[in-house]
Parts: sequence; C-alpha cells; structure tokens
Amino acid sequence: MWAYFTRRLFIAIPTLWVVITVAFFLMRLAPGGPFDQEAPLPPEIMANLKAAYGLDQPLWWQYVNYLGNLLQGDFGPSFKYKDFSVTELIGQGFPVSIQNGAAALFIAVLIGIPLGAMAALRQNSGADHAAMTVAMTGIVIPNFVVGPLLALIFGIWLRDTMFALPVAGWNNGALPNRILPVICLALPFIAYIARITRASLIETLRTNYVRTARAKGLPFRMVVLRHAFKSAMIPVVTYLGPATVFLLTGSMVIETIFGLPGIGRYFVQGALNRDYTLVMGVTILAASLVIFLNLLVDMAYAWLDPKVRYE
Amino acid sequence: MSDAPIRDSRPGANLSVPNAAALDKAADVEGRSLWQDAFRRLQANRAAMISAIVLIVMAFVCFVGPVLVPWSYEEIDWDILEATPPNFDTGHYLGTDSLGRDLLARILQGGQVSFLVGILATSVALVIGVTVGATAGFMGGRVDQVLMRFVDVMYAVPLMFFIIILMVVFGRNFYLMFLAIGFVEWLTMSRIVRGQTLTLKNKEFIEAARASGGSTASIIARHIIPNVLGVVIVYVTLTIPQVILLESFLSFLGLGVQPPMTSWGALIAEGAQEMEITPRTLILPAVCLSTTLFCFNFLGDGLRDALDPKDR
Amino acid sequence: MTSVLEIDKLTVSFSTPDGAVEAVTDVSLSVEAGECLGLVGESGSGKSQTFMAAMGLLADNATANGHIRLDSMDLLSASEKKLNTVRGERIAMIFQDPMTSLTPHMKIGRQLAEVLIEHQGVDKETGRRRSREMLDRVHIPEAERRLDMYPHELSGGLRQRVMIAMALMCEPEVIIADEPTTALDVTVQAQILDLLTEVKDDLGAAIVLITHDLGVVAGLADRVAVMYAGRIVEQGTVADIFAAPTHPYTQGLLACTPRLDVETEALVTIAGQPPNLQNLPSGCSFHPRCPHVFDRCKAERPSLENLSNGQAKACFRAAQEAAE
Ligand SMILES: Nc1ncnc2c1ncn2[C@@H]1O[C@H](COP(=O)(O)OP(=O)(O)OP(=O)(O)O)[C@@H](O)[C@H]1O
Ligand SMILES: [Mg+2]
Repeated sequence: MWAYFTRRLFIAIPTLWVVITVAFFLMRLAPGGPFDQEAPLPPEIMANLKAAYGLDQPLWWQYVNYLGNLLQGDFGPSFKYKDFSVTELIGQGFPVSIQNGAAALFIAVLIGIPLGAMAALRQNSGADHAAMTVAMTGIVIPNFVVGPLLALIFGIWLRDTMFALPVAGWNNGALPNRILPVICLALPFIAYIARITRASLIETLRTNYVRTARAKGLPFRMVVLRHAFKSAMIPVVTYLGPATVFLLTGSMVIETIFGLPGIGRYFVQGALNRDYTLVMGVTILAASLVIFLNLLVDMAYAWLDPKVRYE
Repeated sequence: MSDAPIRDSRPGANLSVPNAAALDKAADVEGRSLWQDAFRRLQANRAAMISAIVLIVMAFVCFVGPVLVPWSYEEIDWDILEATPPNFDTGHYLGTDSLGRDLLARILQGGQVSFLVGILATSVALVIGVTVGATAGFMGGRVDQVLMRFVDVMYAVPLMFFIIILMVVFGRNFYLMFLAIGFVEWLTMSRIVRGQTLTLKNKEFIEAARASGGSTASIIARHIIPNVLGVVIVYVTLTIPQVILLESFLSFLGLGVQPPMTSWGALIAEGAQEMEITPRTLILPAVCLSTTLFCFNFLGDGLRDALDPKDR
Repeated sequence: MTSVLEIDKLTVSFSTPDGAVEAVTDVSLSVEAGECLGLVGESGSGKSQTFMAAMGLLADNATANGHIRLDSMDLLSASEKKLNTVRGERIAMIFQDPMTSLTPHMKIGRQLAEVLIEHQGVDKETGRRRSREMLDRVHIPEAERRLDMYPHELSGGLRQRVMIAMALMCEPEVIIADEPTTALDVTVQAQILDLLTEVKDDLGAAIVLITHDLGVVAGLADRVAVMYAGRIVEQGTVADIFAAPTHPYTQGLLACTPRLDVETEALVTIAGQPPNLQNLPSGCSFHPRCPHVFDRCKAERPSLENLSNGQAKACFRAAQEAAE
C-alpha cells in the first residue's frame, strides 16, 4: 500500500517539475513583454522596470532563481497588480475558489450518485429516461451558457420576487452570493456523476458475483449496497481526478461571470494582461492541485479494489 | 484495401446476428458488411438521424447564409448604433447588437468559426492520436511504454491552462488556436486506438500480412487503421463538440477569436453584458451553441450504438 | 418416490432487438432427494438457463412459462421476496465461473457467513465459526486464515471450493452445480468431483450436475438428461443410457468420450455446427447433423416418448425400433 503510494508520488514530482519548466520557458519565449503598452515607455524606464523584475538576467539564471523562490513558496511579484506579490493574490483567491469547488463537488456527489443509482435500478423506465435526458442536458450545455442564463433569471427576471439572488460579487462569502456560482459549477458534475454511476452500476449488476449474491437469497437492497455498490463506485472515483481539472476551468468561467475574486478570475485577467508571473503561479498551483487529487484518487482506488493494494 | 468487418472477440458478442430474413442463407452471415449493418441501425435511431440533418442544415446556413444577409458581421449600422429588436425594413432580421451590428450575420459568422474549429482541430487530434496510438499498440514493448507513459503524464496536467498560456504567448492567433486545441484532444484518441490495435494485432489477417513480408508501416496503414476506423469515427463525432466547446470557452473569456471576428462563445459573453436590455443577444447564440453540441452528442451516441452491437 | 424439484414444461425465451430467442423449450425434469441428475449438452443448448429459471436469476429480457416446483412452492411465479426465503436456504447453485463469481471487495469469511446470518439469523461469531467449519469440510487448508482473505488471493480450485462451501452453508435440499469443473485444470477437476461425491453421500441432497462432459456424469450421476437446442432429447438412468444410447446425438456424445470410468477432458466433436437458436432447422433440430436422418425427421418434430424401462427419447428412429 505504502509502496504503491510512494511510487505514485515519484511520478507526481517529475510531472510537476515538467509543468513548471514548460510554463516558464513558454512565457519567456513570448514576443513582447509584460510592459508593452499602447504608448511605448521610454527606454530608460523600461530598463529600470526589467531590472526591478530581474528580467535583465540571463534566462537560465532567471529559471534557477524562480525554482528557488518557488521552493520557498514565493511566486514572485505580479507584473500588473503592482502592489501585490503573486503569492498574496493566490492567498486571497485560492480560498474562494476552493470553497466553491468543494461545495460544488460535494453537492454533485450528494445528488449525482443517488440519481444515477436510481436510474440504474429502474433501467429503461420513464424515470430513467427523464433523469438521463436531464443529465445529458447538464453535460452538453456549458457553464458559460448556464451562468448568464441563471443570472438573467434570478438577477433580472425574478429581481423583485423572493427568489431574487445576487449575481455579482463575493460579499465576503455571504451565502446568497455563493448560491448561483456553486449551482452553476455543480450542474455538469451532477450530470456526469449520475451518468457514470448509472452505467457502472448497471454493469456491476450484471456481474457473476452479483448473481451469486442474489442466489444466496439476500434481499435485493443488500445485494446492491453490499455487493454491487463498492465496485460500482470505482469509475466514479476515477472520474474525480479529471473532475478537478473541470473544476479549475469551471472556476475561470463562474468567477468571471459572477465577479468573484478567485484564482480562476486572476488567471483570466492575468492572461488578458500578459501578467506572466501571475499566470504561471496559478498554472503551477492548478497542476499541483490536480496531481495531489490524482494521488488521493489512487488511494481511494486501493481501498475500493483490494487487488490494487497488493500489486 | 481490406474491407474485413471488425469482428467482436467477446464470446457470444456476434451470436445474435441481426435481421432474421438475412439469416435464411447462413453463408451470408459471414460476408455481410459491418458497415451496412451499422448504417441500417443508425437509420433506425431517430434522435441520431434528426441530429445529423439539423447539423447539415446548420452548417449549410452558416456558410451560405451570409451571402443572403444584407449586412456583414463587422459592418456597423451608423443609423442605429445600439441594440434594436428585429426589423425587416432595415434588413436586421434578428436585430442588432449594442454597436448596431447585425446579429444574424454575427451568429452565422460565429457558426462558421465553430464548424471550422470542430473540423480542423479534430483533424489535428485525429492525425496525432491515430499515429501515436497505432504505433504504440503495434510496436509494443519500449515504444509503447514510453508513449503511453507520456500520455498518462499529459492527462495529469491541467492542459487548459497550457492552451491559454499558448494563446497568451503567441498572441491569440486563429490558426494557432486550432493547433493548440488539437494538441490537447488527441490523448484519449491515442488510448482508444492503441487498445483497438492491441486486440487486432494478433488476428490472423495481420499475421498473414506479416508472414508475406509486409513492412511495419504498411501493415499499420493497410490493415490496422482501416479496422480501427469504426471506433475512430465514433470518437471523432464525440470530439468535435468538445472542441467546439473549448473554442467557445476561450472566446467567452476573451482569449479566443478576436474582434471584429466573432464566435458563439464571444457572442454569449457580449450578450451577457446586454442581457438586461436585450436578452435576445444572449439567448440566440446560446441556443445555437447548445443545439449544435446536443446534435453532435446524439449523433456520436447513435454511431456508437450502431457500430458496437454489444449495447443493443 | 417424491421429487424435491420438479420442472414442468418449462419454456424460456429472450427478447432481443433481432427477435425472440427460445433458449429452453418444453423441458420437463425432476430430481429426488439423494439423487444426482446429470444434464448434458453442447454449449448454448440451454442447460444453464433451465436452472437459472429455477433460481429466479433469468436476465431481464427473459420470459419463462411452465412450472418449477420446490415441494409445493412454484418458483417461477413466486415473488422476489418469497424466492429469497428459499434461495441459499433450500436450493443453492454453484456457478460456472469461480474466478468471477465471488465479490472481489469482500473477505471470504464475510461472504460465507452472510448466508447464515440472512437465513438463520445467527450472530457474526457463530457465522464465522460455522464458515470456518464449512471450509474445513470442503478441505480448504488453513481455513481460519482464508476467512480473512479476498477472493483474488485464492487459486481457481480454492475459489470453487469456497463456492461449494457457500452453497452448502444452509444444507440445502437441492444443489445445482453448473459445470463446476469446466474452468479448472484437470487435476483440480478430479478433486472437485470427489468433493461433490462426498457432499452427495453426506447430505442426502438432490444434486443437479450440469456439464458437457459425459465422463463427469458417469462418475457422479444416477440419471442423465441430454439437451439439444433447448429441448431434452433423451433421458434415463446412467446405466441404461451408457449401455444403450438410442438418440443419435447421445450416441455421438458417447462416441466422443473415450473412457467412461476415467475422468477425461472429452472434446465433444460431432460433425456440423450447433444450431442457431433464432433459425432452427425444420422438424427435428438435430437432423442436419444426424447420420441416420430420413425424410420424416425434416418435416416433423419427434416428441419425447417414454420407453418401458423409464428411458425417454425424442427420435423417430428410436421410436420405430422400439415399435418393431
Ligand atoms: N440474456 C439473454 N439474451 C439473449 N439470449 C440469451 C440470454 N441469455 C442466454 N441467452 C442464450 O440462451 C442460450 C442458452 O444459454 P445457456 O447459458 O443455457 O447455455 P448452456 O447450455 O449453459 O451453455 P454452456 O455450456 O456454454 O454454459 C444461448 O444460446 C444464449 O446465447
Ligand atoms: Mg451454462
């Protein structure tokens, strides 16, 4: 088990290093610098700026420096938000994004698994078809369509009713401000998880060992919960790895739509403003998050499937 | 070229052979083409057929429509200069956006971008994915290990961030976007193709080709690729909507197609700004994008069911 | 003599997108306590589905007609709830594939004990103790330690022993063993068959042994039924059938089994292909492969007729000879 875990960790660290390196050199390859503006700055000022940010050093030195600083948790200064370091910006934005993401994931698991299980147990019934059509809709219609539409409905059309919800701003995390973003983020997850749960449970219910369990005379409920459910959860858990990636891209969308101060929005702003250090910082953070969550998924996997533990 | 149907190796998978009439001559069963079967099953799937028709009509309208629309997508109607409702006298059949540009013309232009991206980026993904997958599967051993390990690592990286970095670095170039998206979407394709290749690799007809001295490259090109085609077609149909989605996503954030050109994602972003006054500017492109994505998904699912008899 | 399990005119058909498939047609069988009935036939002849119907384990797309009685209870029409009171308790099944028939994420001990806990309401302690005893009884070494293992840690032979132990937990009146040895290698096969013989002698249960190996039947069964394309074509005591098989299909099967007193891996090779259930030949389903075919076989289907010695066969030639 531990051997398995450490082996995974040994793959994770080089992956992260590759991500950092590729991101760093891509950024430095870019034609034009972060200080290019409509009206060009006088050369002396430009040189001063570059010196201040260490951009006049040789490339390899910048790289070594950057890696060294990273190890100390320093992502460097932001090129655009002049008074902040990237670490500070991330420190502000990360909790916002993580809270929304975790809430969305939690809701998705809470609704998606029972929904999918119900559809599987009533396979081909009206309820099944209805649930799966809704799920397909949830998957196909993207966040950035659902978000503005929700804002249109709850922020404008229902503005004067009791259902009115704030559609912009974080307001220090007040509950009403979180509702629409979290729903918007959770919808596709609910749909995916329901679909995966359904497919996987149907498959598991067809296995020989479920047949054995039924032949033992166990009540169907027990057959499902004790014998089928755990194996059926393996694909759902596997999905949580890619789900983190979705969550991160989803946060770019909902934070932009609903004006939330999270890392997704910083990343988009950074990209639009060519704020290299900010963009790199967020990318590295995102990559670490994804890699870390994949590790967690692997652990969960080992718990669900005893075979993995002994490999 | 061999037109040998893909035979399902699962026990019993080929047992229930469709169409009782065709069974009258038992000898027929072997020779019958998988493709004919699949096509017949696809035709029976109403959702998939309607989707295919809707998509063809939409693509046709997007590419031919602009000729018939009196305004171009970038032209500003200086008499209006604001969002207006549909008006047949001025030739703005769906009204104008906040700058007084014709909404219909812009939606059609956005559709062109979506369909182009869908086809071009998917082609990029297809070429890379099939090449890598078939090579890994066929060569096996070291090559396979290295390639698949690389794919694993790529999976563990949030690639969307890299597409955006690329867009930032290389200045949001239209064609670069196709390439970047294609570079991301090939991963799953390569895995699927590799899996298929592995199961096909030891089949007799490949053995025969090898025995008669075919080179590795020609075996891949003449035997493996044609046989993997079914799965690839299904996957391509399901990749196109993902690619369209990706492009719209980038354009929505302002990182994709740049003005004055537009795309459905960009139109949705603009519409979201205006929705208080003209919800139409949000809803129309949203409906177009969603319909397209829906149709591709239905078509892909239909193709999969048609080509893979297991789940019938 | 009263039979414990009686199957009466059972027909099982599956609805598929390409039309209905009748896998079992008009099958009647019965087993008595302490008796072992062998059921033989080629792959796909409907052996498993016949008894899946008895266990209430048919796939969702199946419809079954007829009666299957366990004493006075009709299993075919029983509700799932009512079935659950007898499955595992009075009628148990050992499945074809031991490698995949145990739940991978549950320890062996728990999988065994839950049968007792469910049917006899024993506590966990007792369940565990009796599971261990049962493992001892099916000759699994180090039973105590195995209780805490997962299925993938056991070999195929051991897993099949666990399956047998599981079926025996409640000492059922009927045990259905569906090709209990097919997936195992030859030496292990012999051991499992010995175990089944032991079980039969100890328990006095009715055993149904499904197989396509006549050698296995010779060693264990008292009576045999031969299935072809969903129908029973010949039935009788092992002694009668082996001494004087009258259906050409049975004759063919026997010809392929070289030595009857030795367990061998008989390869059933009879000229021609097994029939396609969706497109059965006219008349007698076996006629395209039958060496003795004559015109009537192609036009008319022979019904299963009882002979004087309790043997029964569905063949015109046999009927003709008997009449002569
Ligand atoms: N769910 C199903 N849908 C359609 N056909 C089915 C289904 N289940 C079984 N069949 C068909 O029923 C027939 C009889 O199957 P059965 O499992 O009884 O065969 P068998 O005699 O046990 O063969 P084997 O020796 O291979 O176990 C087969 O032709 C099979 O294809
Ligand atoms: Mg069987």
